[in-house]
Amino acid sequence: MVSTVLPLKLDEVFVRRRGKRLIGPVTAELGPGRLTMILGPNGSGKTTLLRVMHGVERLSDGQVTWAVPQTEAQHHQAYVFQTPIMLRRTVADNLRYPLQLVGAPTAEITEKVEKWGARIGLQDRMKLQATRLSGGEKQKLALARALIRDPQVLFLDEPCASLDGASTRDIESLLTGALSAGTRIIMTTHDLGQARRLAQDVIFMLHGTIREQGAAPGVFDAPSCAELAAFLRGDIIA
Amino acid sequence: MSDIYDGLISAFWLMVTLDPELMQISLRSLQVSLTALMIASAIALPLGTFLAIRRFRYRRLTISLLNALMGLPPVVVGLIVYILLSRSGPFGVLGLLFTPTAMIIAQVVIITPLIASVTHQAMRELWAEYHDLLISLNTSQGQRIRTLIWDGRRNLLTAALAGFGRAIGEVGAIMIVGGNIENATRVLTTAIALETGKGDFALALALGFVLITLAIGINIAIHWLSRTESEGRW
Repeated sequence: MVSTVLPLKLDEVFVRRRGKRLIGPVTAELGPGRLTMILGPNGSGKTTLLRVMHGVERLSDGQVTWAVPQTEAQHHQAYVFQTPIMLRRTVADNLRYPLQLVGAPTAEITEKVEKWGARIGLQDRMKLQATRLSGGEKQKLALARALIRDPQVLFLDEPCASLDGASTRDIESLLTGALSAGTRIIMTTHDLGQARRLAQDVIFMLHGTIREQGAAPGVFDAPSCAELAAFLRGDIIA
Repeated sequence: MSDIYDGLISAFWLMVTLDPELMQISLRSLQVSLTALMIASAIALPLGTFLAIRRFRYRRLTISLLNALMGLPPVVVGLIVYILLSRSGPFGVLGLLFTPTAMIIAQVVIITPLIASVTHQAMRELWAEYHDLLISLNTSQGQRIRTLIWDGRRNLLTAALAGFGRAIGEVGAIMIVGGNIENATRVLTTAIALETGKGDFALALALGFVLITLAIGINIAIHWLSRTESEGRW
């Protein structure tokens, strides 16, 4: 997949709510073809940064720009939430929904729904209400629903939080598959093991600012920021 | 106790023998209430959904007003509709007073705020649940409204049934604008009031049981048709 929307540039971005600074100043540039992991303790601004990049968080200051106009870039993105949001429909209808929104032909919808249903192992439960799935199954369905439109950029907000090992492995397998297909992935996680397994780039957030950013091996092996070193050691940082 | 027993026996006989007068009154009750329900739903369901997802200047005031209108005393509604439709009123020329149409108008006024308010509440919760996903999927306003109405259709059904329950059991307003005229505007509730006034408790109770049976029957039928509680549904 050739990316037409990247690079994504954040220039002196601030988000404030009720006088409180959530993030900022944040300046960053994300190019195509890699998996970037956003790390940081609770309240450091990871989710806000992800939402800013996705364009669903109102900026107080600064600019977020894509290689194409924002409205066009929106069509090539997908977002997976920490708590999967299931439409009150069947598994098949949840998968069908994003394709119906863009008016995809029926034959294409049927083919993709079957393909993704099988890929996430729910081919036998396509007619089941999605709200009846287990937490891991819901998250896999949410990920498949995000990937079914072949997005150029995929945002994930702690997709494996509160999932067991098997479900986490399935999610990671889907993510590496998407990465191989050329999807740019930007995700947050608390799980340092997962970060080490998947990350190609790392952004470390603390108190709403980026404290360290770089290629994963360098950041993990020789962090230049003392707080990141402490975070990687498993120390509690505030 | 004997009145209740006699009422049950009478109700049973009236229903089993398909008593012509009972049939006529019951059908009129259904016709008036279901027509009012359809008109009120056509107004209230989109209105409630709109209020749930759109932000505008006087939104809170509108919602408060709607909630307040839920408690409108039916007798007052009946009086206002009576004045509007009476010969000296602005719509007197239409000659609608003491007709089933006047009763439908009164019922629409009574149940529209109720349906809109319940719809607003249900759609607000669904919108809170779907908000992030629908924004993230870059949906248009129209797509959002269609998605909410489709996925919330069972909540909307509940709203409509609440309206039907209020309409079929209403007596004050339709007594005033309908006049309880035999073979013309007499419905179950007004007939019950009349028979009670005459002291014929057995017949009044019989009519009451028929009314309850109708209300429950319609509810069960709609739930069954929409498969609200069937396997595989949320």
